[in-house]
Formats: sequence, structure tokens, C-alpha cells
Amino acid sequence: MANNQKNYDFHKESHTEPLEINMGPSHPATHGTVKFYLTLDGETIKDIDVEIGYLHRAFEKECELQHWSGIFPYTDRLDYTAGVLNNVGYALAVEKLIGIETPERCKYIRVIASEMGRLSGHYTNLAACAMELGALTAFLYFVEAREYLWDLIESFCGARLTHNYIRIGGLTSDLPDEFPESTEVVFKKNEKLYDDFAKLLLKNRIFLDRMRDTGGISAELAKEWGFSGPCLRACGVPFDVRKSEPYLVYDKLDFEIPIGSTGDNFDRFLVRMDEIKQSIRIIRQCLKQIPDGPINVDDPMWRQPSKDDINSDMESMIFHFKNVIEGQKVPEGEVYHAIEACNGELGFYLVSNGSGSPVKCRVRPPSFPMTSALPIMVKGSLLADLIPTFDMINLIGGECDR
Amino acid sequence: MEKQTIGKSLDSAAGMNNQKNIENNKNNSSVVINRVTDKFSDSKLIIYAHSLLGDDTIVVQPAEIINVMQFLRYDKLLTFDMMIDLTVVDYLGNQQIHPYLSDLRARFEVVYHLYSIDKNHRLRVKAPLMEENAFINSITGIWGGANWFEREAWDLYGIVFQGHPNLRRILLYEEFEGHPLRKEYSKTKRQPLIGPRN
Repeated sequence: MANNQKNYDFHKESHTEPLEINMGPSHPATHGTVKFYLTLDGETIKDIDVEIGYLHRAFEKECELQHWSGIFPYTDRLDYTAGVLNNVGYALAVEKLIGIETPERCKYIRVIASEMGRLSGHYTNLAACAMELGALTAFLYFVEAREYLWDLIESFCGARLTHNYIRIGGLTSDLPDEFPESTEVVFKKNEKLYDDFAKLLLKNRIFLDRMRDTGGISAELAKEWGFSGPCLRACGVPFDVRKSEPYLVYDKLDFEIPIGSTGDNFDRFLVRMDEIKQSIRIIRQCLKQIPDGPINVDDPMWRQPSKDDINSDMESMIFHFKNVIEGQKVPEGEVYHAIEACNGELGFYLVSNGSGSPVKCRVRPPSFPMTSALPIMVKGSLLADLIPTFDMINLIGGECDR
Repeated sequence: MEKQTIGKSLDSAAGMNNQKNIENNKNNSSVVINRVTDKFSDSKLIIYAHSLLGDDTIVVQPAEIINVMQFLRYDKLLTFDMMIDLTVVDYLGNQQIHPYLSDLRARFEVVYHLYSIDKNHRLRVKAPLMEENAFINSITGIWGGANWFEREAWDLYGIVFQGHPNLRRILLYEEFEGHPLRKEYSKTKRQPLIGPRN
């Protein structure tokens, strides 16, 4: 008896030792396939190890075996909530390496397509966040809005999710004739849904308690850990690639960069909400300003000519044959080009040896460094705070794991 | 000990061309490049510098990466507060793209992309590595965000980052054999099947 008491381990016998659990890889309250290895003290997170890679499908290896123009369908699947943004990023990087500039109308259409991608990404993210915090009704409002938006995207590129719309030196197709009118109809509906969504959540006590003052990070740390996009802007840093290094026609458009102050989850949520308004504003301006003209560069070497030209024009036929069989010969060199995707800076770093395929096609995924900082944001907080924090980082498996 | 060997072998190969290259490229280069090359003008630390296509690029001795990065981050005129990207390129069979690679007998290049929010400028820093000396110092002490990027580079290219706190595979699983983004890794190579771990 006495001997037993001597060896009595209080923590062990009363089961107060830290609890180690696996959360994921497939968990109903996280969108995306990711595993958290948690060490819990009661409900407090003592330690967390994030394990990614469940959606790794060798994007970079596949790119090295494809022709330059064959990479577009792969880029769609990076951030699959906003596929067209990845198309734009890749196309701009290749065009920078080649040294061609697309016609003005093409640039405007690319901006319209990118902002629709951003809208789609933000709708998905905010809706999923609401759902994972228990607000299924709010989720349905934004999914409806996204549905209308996808109909619109379908009208100009024929696909709803994986658009494959942008090409090197141009686009697959022009906007349909009645596009401005149908856009206005959709925006009217979506603005109403937006107001309802905001009313459902922004004064909801439960929602506020779970979002406010959770998952915060200081501006200094956020910069050090490579944050960008809405999560960095929520810390009060007005960094947006569209403003700092304007690409396409963003320098001709009037829009604002919403920023937060504390850097917590609620600020990130509000920044995204405001960005939805700004994106709609950008698209409306574009539809007013958009000039007529060609959508592709007038050079059969870079932009595949139309079937009519291929059948009637010798030069077009030669380039069509060579581009399909050998791939476009992008000049030797290396280039980095960044765009603002819905999660932050999406960069493409390409190395070419002058042949039809890249030597290296690197994607800088915006959610990857932010996921790596997740332990900093949640250590010491409650397990429940992990859910909104992870939502607002918006890890997209396709982009983070590539 | 190992660090010194990298530095020496690269020095002897590239030392002669070093200064000339910098001088040649100074004329058409930017403020950032000028600032960096001025700072390190007496050492043989910068192998090559250019700003082609508007991307400022410096190629540095891998042994000195910490010194360079510390200067870039904390210098008042540069203040590179963000490490945007870190990756590796395997130049096996493609050394002609960058002439200095064959001089140095380098196969890999670790590529860092830096950005300064205050000054709004970018810089690409590259460190060439030989196949047999595929290691470099970790910069996680300067930018915490480099942690996962370095793990990814180890995972896919097998570059060892000395001083990294937790250099494990990240995208692939521990039992994976080889480093798939190396050029000699065939796309059709099969990997051992493993069962559930626990």
C-alpha cells in the first residue's frame, strides 16, 4: 500500500497529462485536406504540428514535361476557387519572358476575368468560414451568389470551375455581346445577397465572439513570415501588388485597398468583405472603359491563329504545326512575375533554355507561408479558435501542396 | 570546415571574372544592385549581378549567404522585410543558360526572392551549389517564413539547409526515396507502398 502511494503519479492517474490528437486529414470543420497534430492541455493548444502534402500532385515536375502552352490547364487546379487568376499570373510571366504585350482589349478582359476569379474565391472563403462556424444559412447565401457569378463566367469561357481561358498572347474567346447587361443583372442580385449575408453575420454575437481577437498576428511578424493579401492587409499593411506594381490596366482603374487594424480573424473577414465591393467596382469600370479591338497579339508565333487562318494562310499553318509539335520557343532566361491572387501574392518564377518546355516553373503559393505560421497564431489559444484562424488563412490544398 | 571548402572552390573558379562582370553590368543596373555591389565591392562575394527584364538579380557565394541576407534585411536603404519565395533550380544539362554556372561547376541554384514593402523594390538572390556540396546555411534566423520553403527545397531537391530547426520532408512522406524534382528522377519511377503508420 505504502509502496503504491510512493509511486503515485498524480497527473497520470487523474489523466491531466497533455492529450495528443490528430485533427484531420479529413475533418468536417476544416476545408482542405490537412492534418493537425495537436497537443492539448484541456482545451488549450500547447503545441501544433501542421502536416500538408495530401494534395501534392507534382505540379512542377509535370510542367517541366509540358509545352509552355500546355501548362494552363494545370494552373487552373492550383487555387481552384479562382482558377482564372492563376491563368492570368502564368500568362503574364511567360509574356514578360518573351517580351510581348497583349492588346488593350485583352488586358481589360483579363482584369474582368481576374476580378471575377477574386469574387468567386472570396465568396467561397467567406461562405465556408461561416459554415464551419455553424452558420449554414449564411453559407447558402454566398454559394447562391457564386452560382450566379459562375453562370457569368461560363458565358465567356464555357467552364465554371476550371476555366483554362487565358492563352500566351491573348485569350481563347471574346466576351459575348450582351455581357455588360447580364453582368449588371448578376451584380444587382449579388449585392442583395451580400447585404443579407452581412446582416446575418456581422451583428451575430456568436460569430463575433469566435472571430474577434482570435488568431491575431502583428504586422512585423506577418511580414517576417511572408504573409500577403487580405491576411497582411488586416494587420494594417497596405500591400497589394495591384497598387504597388500595377500590371494589366490596374493603374487606370479607381479602386481602394481596404485594410484592418488589429490583424485578427474578424479584420481578415472584413477586409475580404470590402474587397468584394471593390472587385465589383473594378468590373463596372472596366465594362465602361473597355475599347474595341483585337484580343490576341498579331503574331502567329506566339498566339495560335484561328482555324480559318490555318486553312488559308501558309505562315499561320507553319506556326500552328510547329507550336503544336515542338511547343513555342520561349527565349532563354529567367523571370519572376507576381500578381495579386485572392489569398495574396501569386508569383511565377520561370526558367527557360529556349526550348518548347520550361526548365523550371515555380509557383509561389500565397497560402503556403501563411499555413507555416499557423502555430504562431494559435499556440496558447483554445482549440475552437483554430477553426476560424484556419478558415481565414484560406489554405487551398491545390495551391499549397501543388 | 565544410563551409570553407565551398567558398574556396568557388573562389578559385570565379575569382578572376568576378570584378569584371560586376563592372560590366553596373551601367544598366538599378539602385538596389548598385547599393549591394558597392557594399561588397572589395570581397569576392558577389559573383554576378544583372537586372534583365527588370528583375534585379545578384549571384552570391553560397558560403556567405547569411552575411548577404542580413545586410539586405537590415540595411536602411534596402530594408527587405519580406522573403517572398525560396526555391531551387536544377541546371543539369542546362548550364549554358547562365555562363557562370559552368565556370563554377555548379549544378543547383538556390533562388531567393526578396521584397521590401516600404521601398517597393524586389531582388532575386541566387546561390549556386555543386552537386557534391549541396548544402547551404539556413536563413530561418533572419526570416522565420523561410522555414517551410527550406523544408520543401530539401524534400524536392535534396539541398541540405544547415542550421534548420526541423529539416523534414513536407510535401512527400518520410519513406519516399529520392528527390523528385532533380532532373534525373524519372516521371515513371515507382515508390514503395506503405501501409497506415498508426
